[in-house]
Amino acid sequence: MNLNQEYDVIIIGAGVIGCAIARYLMRFDVNLLVLEKHNDVGDEASGANSGIVHSGYDPLPGTNKAKFNVIGANMMKSVCEELDVAYENIGSLTISFSEEDNATLEKLHERAIKNGVETKILTKEETLEIEPNLSSEIKGALLAPSAGIVSPFALTVKLMENAMDNGAQLMLNEEVVKIEKIGEIYKVFTKKGNEFIAKTIVDAAGLYSDEVLEFIEKPSFKVTPRKGEYFVLDHFNRNFIKHTIFMCPTKVGKGVLISKTTSGNYLVGPSNDSCDITDVSTDSETLSEIKKIALKICPTLPFDENIRQFSGIRPNSDVDDFVIKESEKNPNFFIVGGIMSPGLASSVAIGEYVSNLIKDKLSLKINKKFNSRVRQHITLKKLGAELYNHLIFREPLYGRLVCRCEKISEAEIIDAIRRNCGATTVKGIKKRIRPGFGKCQGTFCEAEVVKILAKELRKDISEICYSELGTNVVLKSLKGDSDDK
Amino acid sequence: MINRDLVIVGGGSAGLASAISAYDNGVNDILILERNGELGGILNQCIHPGFGLHHFNEELTGPEYAHKYIEELKKRNIQYFLNTQVISISNEKIITYINQTGVNTIKAKAIVFAAGCNERTRGQISTPGCRPKGVYTAGLAQRYLNIEGRLVGKKVYILGSGDIGLIMARRMTLEGAKVLGVSEIMPYSNGLKRNIAQCLNDFNIPLRLSNTVTKIFGRDKLEGIEISDVDSNLRPIKGTEKYIECDTLLLSVGLYPFNSLLKEAGCLVNKETKGSLVDQNLETSIEGIFSTGNVLHVHDLVDFVSEESERAGKNAADYILGKRSNVINKLEVKHSLNVGYVIPSIINARSENEDIIFSFRVKKNIKKASIILKNSAKILYSCIKKNLVPSEMIKLKVKNLELIGTDNIQLEVIENE
Repeated sequence: MNLNQEYDVIIIGAGVIGCAIARYLMRFDVNLLVLEKHNDVGDEASGANSGIVHSGYDPLPGTNKAKFNVIGANMMKSVCEELDVAYENIGSLTISFSEEDNATLEKLHERAIKNGVETKILTKEETLEIEPNLSSEIKGALLAPSAGIVSPFALTVKLMENAMDNGAQLMLNEEVVKIEKIGEIYKVFTKKGNEFIAKTIVDAAGLYSDEVLEFIEKPSFKVTPRKGEYFVLDHFNRNFIKHTIFMCPTKVGKGVLISKTTSGNYLVGPSNDSCDITDVSTDSETLSEIKKIALKICPTLPFDENIRQFSGIRPNSDVDDFVIKESEKNPNFFIVGGIMSPGLASSVAIGEYVSNLIKDKLSLKINKKFNSRVRQHITLKKLGAELYNHLIFREPLYGRLVCRCEKISEAEIIDAIRRNCGATTVKGIKKRIRPGFGKCQGTFCEAEVVKILAKELRKDISEICYSELGTNVVLKSLKGDSDDK
Repeated sequence: MINRDLVIVGGGSAGLASAISAYDNGVNDILILERNGELGGILNQCIHPGFGLHHFNEELTGPEYAHKYIEELKKRNIQYFLNTQVISISNEKIITYINQTGVNTIKAKAIVFAAGCNERTRGQISTPGCRPKGVYTAGLAQRYLNIEGRLVGKKVYILGSGDIGLIMARRMTLEGAKVLGVSEIMPYSNGLKRNIAQCLNDFNIPLRLSNTVTKIFGRDKLEGIEISDVDSNLRPIKGTEKYIECDTLLLSVGLYPFNSLLKEAGCLVNKETKGSLVDQNLETSIEGIFSTGNVLHVHDLVDFVSEESERAGKNAADYILGKRSNVINKLEVKHSLNVGYVIPSIINARSENEDIIFSFRVKKNIKKASIILKNSAKILYSCIKKNLVPSEMIKLKVKNLELIGTDNIQLEVIENE
C-alpha cells in the first residue's frame, strides 16, 4: 500500500453514516479511503440500536432530523433491495394511556402532516383489533404505516461492501489521532503511526465526531452520550406483535418500545440515561424498569423468551439536531455529527446528500461502472427446498448447517468471509449472517465458526478474535503461556 | 419422499439406545439422523470418567460409553446419516433434513426424538454488566479444551455448580489454569456430591453458596467480575460485593431441552421441563412421536438416559408393529408443590393395572419423605425415601399400578420430621 497516495476523500468512521456516504460517493469517479478505529464496521451505535426505520412524524418540522428521516425512510426499501438487506415495512403504533397522551397524539398527527408523513389516529378498539396482545388499558394510538424495521448490522456492512465493490478502500483498526491542514490538503495521522493525505475529509465519527472535529477546529456542538439498554426475546411468534409499538413520547425521548426485528426476534427497550462514552454495560435496575414499562404496554409479553440483554450509546448532541455541513473555517472538511435517532432511518438520505455536496465541491465525474447492487446472499429460506437442492449439488457445503438456531450453512459463512468488507471475527459473522444470535447464543456453533474463520483466513484458531484485536477466543496451545498477553 | 419405519433424531446416548432397543424389539428399518460428524453426541467431549457405573457396572469415560453403544449399533447394521440436520418435523411424521446430499424428506411410521439439550446462557439468567469476550458456557469451554485442545483462559471463575462446571474446574486446573472459585446462587450445590469432592475439594477450589455474579467488567476482554451474596429470595445483598480479577467466566447454570422442532410440530410442551408432554410410554401428544433423553427432561447421569431411551425404542417398536391394545383410560398425573416436575404427565392406560416408571425431582433438600401416589379415592402406592435433593432425579418403578376408576393420579412428597 502506498501511504503517500493522495486520496480525494477520507471518511473517518465506518458506522452506518460513514458507510452510507462511502456507498453514495462511489457513484462518482473518486479515490476514497474510509478509516475505522474498530476491528469491523458498525461496532458503535450502528451495531446496538432498535433497528427502526422511523416514519418521520416525530422530529420538529424544518429540522435536519425531519428532512433526512422522511427522505431516508422513503428510500430505505429500495436501498435494502439493492443491498440484499432485511427490511420490513411493518408500520408503527404510538400508544396512549391517558387523555393527556391522546392530546399529544393529536399534536404528533399535525406534525406528521407538516413533515409529509402519513399517520392515522386509531381508537382503542381499532388498535386492539390489529394488536390484540396490547394492554386493554390503552386509550388509542397513532398509526404510522410507512415505518419499518431494518437489520442495522447488515445495512452498515452492505453499504460498505457495495462501496468496496465499486472501488472504495477500507482500513480497520486505524484510529485517527491528529489532523493537519497543509495548504489545500489534509493530513490524517492514526494511532498506529500511519499518515494519509486527502483533499476532502468527512467526519462521520459518530460518538467521537466532536473529538475528531476538535483536531482541526473548535466544534460547534458537543456529543452528549446517552445509553439505551434492551432485552432481546427469541423468535417465538412472528405475529405476537406486528407493529413497532412506541410509548407516547415525553421530553426525554421516545421511551420504551417493543418491536419485532427483521429476524423475528423482539426488542424491548431502550432506556435513556446519560453515560460515559465507553460504558456499554447493562444493570439490573434499569432492565427491571424497562420490563415494568413493557409489561404495562403488553401484559403477556413472554420475558421467559429473553435470550440476551445489551446496551448501545446514542450519539446525541447539545444542539439536538443532526449537524451536516461543510466547515466554514476549513473548506472541504465536512462535518456529519450528532447523528442520533432517527439516524438509522436517515442514514441513506444523509449518505446521498453529503456525497452530492462533495461531488459538487470536487467537480467529480459520474462513475459509469457503478453497480448499485451487491451479490445476493443465498439462503434456504429465500430459495426454497427445490432450488436449494440444486445448489447443494454444486456446492455441498450449503448442505452443512453450522448454526441450528438460525439454520446457517458453512457455505454461507464462507461467503460472508470472502466478500468485500468480509467478516474476520466471530462477532463479524454473527452481525452479517446471524450464527450466535439465536437462542443458544453461539454455544453450539461458535467453535465451528472459529474453525471456519481460521481455515478461510489461513490462521491458527488461536489467532481468531471474538471482536476487537486482542480478544482471541482460545489460547495458542494447551499448556503454553507464551500467548498470555 | 422415502418411507421408513422408525426415524431417530439424534445419535447421542439417547438416540443410540433407542435404536438398539427398537431393533431388538423387532423393527429393522431404522434410520438415525445425527447433526455432528460422528455418533455419540456430547459424550465425545466428556473425556472424564464416571459414566456407566449403573448401566455397565464399570467406570467409563464419555467416549468409551458411547463406543459401547456404537459397537452394538454396528453389529445390528442400523443405518445412520452424519452431518445431517433435521430442520422440520410435521404432525404427519414427515421429517425434513438437510445434509450434503440435499434437502430431503422422509415419512416415518414412528419418530424417536432424541435431540439432547442446550446450556443456559448468560442472556437467559440476565447477568448484568459489559459483554466482553471471556464469558463462556462450561460446555463450550469443554469443547474447546477436549476436542480442539485449547484453553479459553488462565484465570477462571465459575458461576453455577452444575456438573459440567465442576468437571471443568478440575479439567482447567489440570491443564494449567487457575480456577479461583465457584459461586452457586442456591443454598445447596446443583452438582453430584462426588463431583464437589473430586473436582473442587481435592483442588482447594472454594464453593460459595448463596452467592452469584452481579456484574461483569471489561469492554472488549473480560477483566473481572463482581460477586455478591444473595438473600433467601435470591436477591443480591448490598454491601457483600467482592471484585474478582479474571479473564474467563464459565457458566454452568443449567440445561434445557432443545425441543423446538417438536414444539413446532405441534407436540404439547410440559411447562416445567420445557420438553414435550409425554405419557408413560414416552409418547408425545402426537401418536407415534416419542421423546427421550435430555430433550425430554435433563438427566443427571447418562446411564439413566440410556435406560429411558431403551424404553422409548421398545415402545416405538411396539407401536410400529401394532402390538398395542386400545387405550381404556386416560389419566392426568399431578404433583404436590414441593415437586419440580414429574414424568409422565399423562397415562394412557391400556390395561387395568400397569407397571409405571415415574421420574421426578423435588424442589428443595428433604431429609426424609413419604412418597405417595393417590387418586381422589385412595392411596395407590407409598414408600419412604431419604436425602432427596433437587440435583438428583428420583425414579420410582411402581408395579401393577391401578389405572381405572379415576381420571388423575397425584404424586405427593410429604416431608417427615
